[in-house]
Amino acid sequence: MAKRSVVPFGPQHPVLPEPIHLDLVMEDETVIEAVPSIGYVHRGLESLVKKKDFNEMVYVTERICGICSFMHGMGYCSAVEKIMNVEVPRRADYLRTIWSEMSRLHSHLLWLGLLADAFGFEALFMQSWRLREKILDMFEISTGGRVIFSVNKIGGVLKDMPEDMLKSFVSILNDMEKELSETTTVFLNEYTVRSRLEGVGIITKEDAIRRGAVGPMMRASGIEVDMRKTGYAAYSDIDFEVITSDKCDSLARCQVRIGEIFQSIGIIRQAVEKIPEGEISVPVKGNPDGEYFMRLEQPRGEAFYYVRANGTKFLDRMRVRTPTFANIPAMLQTLQGAQFADVPLLILTIDPCISCTER
Amino acid sequence: MKTMHKSPWLLHYDGSSCNGCDIEVLACTTPVYDVERFGVVNTGNPMHADIFLVTGGINSQNEDVVKQIYSQMPDPKVVLAVGTCACTGGIFKECYNIKGGVDTVIPVDIYVPGCAARPESIIDGVVKAVALFQKKHEEEEKKKNGRYR
Repeated sequence: MAKRSVVPFGPQHPVLPEPIHLDLVMEDETVIEAVPSIGYVHRGLESLVKKKDFNEMVYVTERICGICSFMHGMGYCSAVEKIMNVEVPRRADYLRTIWSEMSRLHSHLLWLGLLADAFGFEALFMQSWRLREKILDMFEISTGGRVIFSVNKIGGVLKDMPEDMLKSFVSILNDMEKELSETTTVFLNEYTVRSRLEGVGIITKEDAIRRGAVGPMMRASGIEVDMRKTGYAAYSDIDFEVITSDKCDSLARCQVRIGEIFQSIGIIRQAVEKIPEGEISVPVKGNPDGEYFMRLEQPRGEAFYYVRANGTKFLDRMRVRTPTFANIPAMLQTLQGAQFADVPLLILTIDPCISCTER
Repeated sequence: MKTMHKSPWLLHYDGSSCNGCDIEVLACTTPVYDVERFGVVNTGNPMHADIFLVTGGINSQNEDVVKQIYSQMPDPKVVLAVGTCACTGGIFKECYNIKGGVDTVIPVDIYVPGCAARPESIIDGVVKAVALFQKKHEEEEKKKNGRYR
């Protein structure tokens, strides 16, 4: 009979990028069960609706998470716009789509780097983050900020991208594509990398549905689910295929995200071609009254925004369900029966964003 | 021990930040900004660390964690608060779960403002922390020498 022991893991741990605490019930080197406890990053920002008015809340929602900051702001703004029956100019929708896809690019590159770090491939980590800096430079040129740039407002966006800027971004991305394919080939074909990822952390199609996984986690288990297909912002005009994989393991999650990197570049290219001329925002008068439920696809998966307004400038309720929260049950499933040394890698394959989860 | 002050080790802990400052701190260790050229190395073990870099404010859950990491670090040590949240509580100051900046629980030596703090200002903060660490180290040596002579 093997000896059972409980190993506390986190919140501050040499291999953990983010503060999450897990109690790992171990039998020798095998994890039997993982019991999470969260709350290290809880700020309680949803309660700020009582103190900040609905316009100021745009800046608060952008700070739910610094990685998908733009999409959080966009989700909240879209929900309020729907309540107030504001028709956003088409150009603003396209600009939002372009910034969203740039966010997805930088988030997936960040994840690839952290994954490389988790299996101890330092050079690959540096390489992925070097490529990511080019996206951040593009953010800085177009908005002035690198990670949090507050360009959303209720009724549109605050900054426009002129035609030559958009063209130069496309040519930067074209050049990047070659470098990207060199780096991502290492992830998909290098034998040392494959030995760490292949067949590790399997979550079957049925389990993924039962545990309510979202985003790349779900798509890597062979289920075609992508909120972009619901056609918010300018996605209704854009032609793209949902990337899935049937392998259900860590390598499949890596493959799906790498596929999405190239897909995002394609979407930006299409959006730049189709972007119409015109205004970037419309004036908004009065206070919102009513409720709305907005769903959108973040790099980590589907996010919900629920906003209820009462006709005053302070909202009744703002609620966000973030993708990492939905992916934690699936992550706990992958940890069952895993080797202790694989735990940091498995936590990372869901692309955890703890500050989103706990808000 | 005389050369130790030239390469202090750095420990990064994410308090309750939004990840914005965290990824900028991580970006500082990558090729474009490369803070390691100033002699610091990012470590995960508090017992190895000389500079404690905290991002985000303090809440009721991570308060003890921050205090514990601080007490585990060997003397002399320098604390660096990165980002507006770590300095004062920032935009989340009015949230029910936020106690305020890092200085509400441990003494802070250097404040790096910004939301999110830019890599250039983080590097500036780290360079100042290295200089301060050197100063603290020399003072400690002086004290020791005085005692034993």
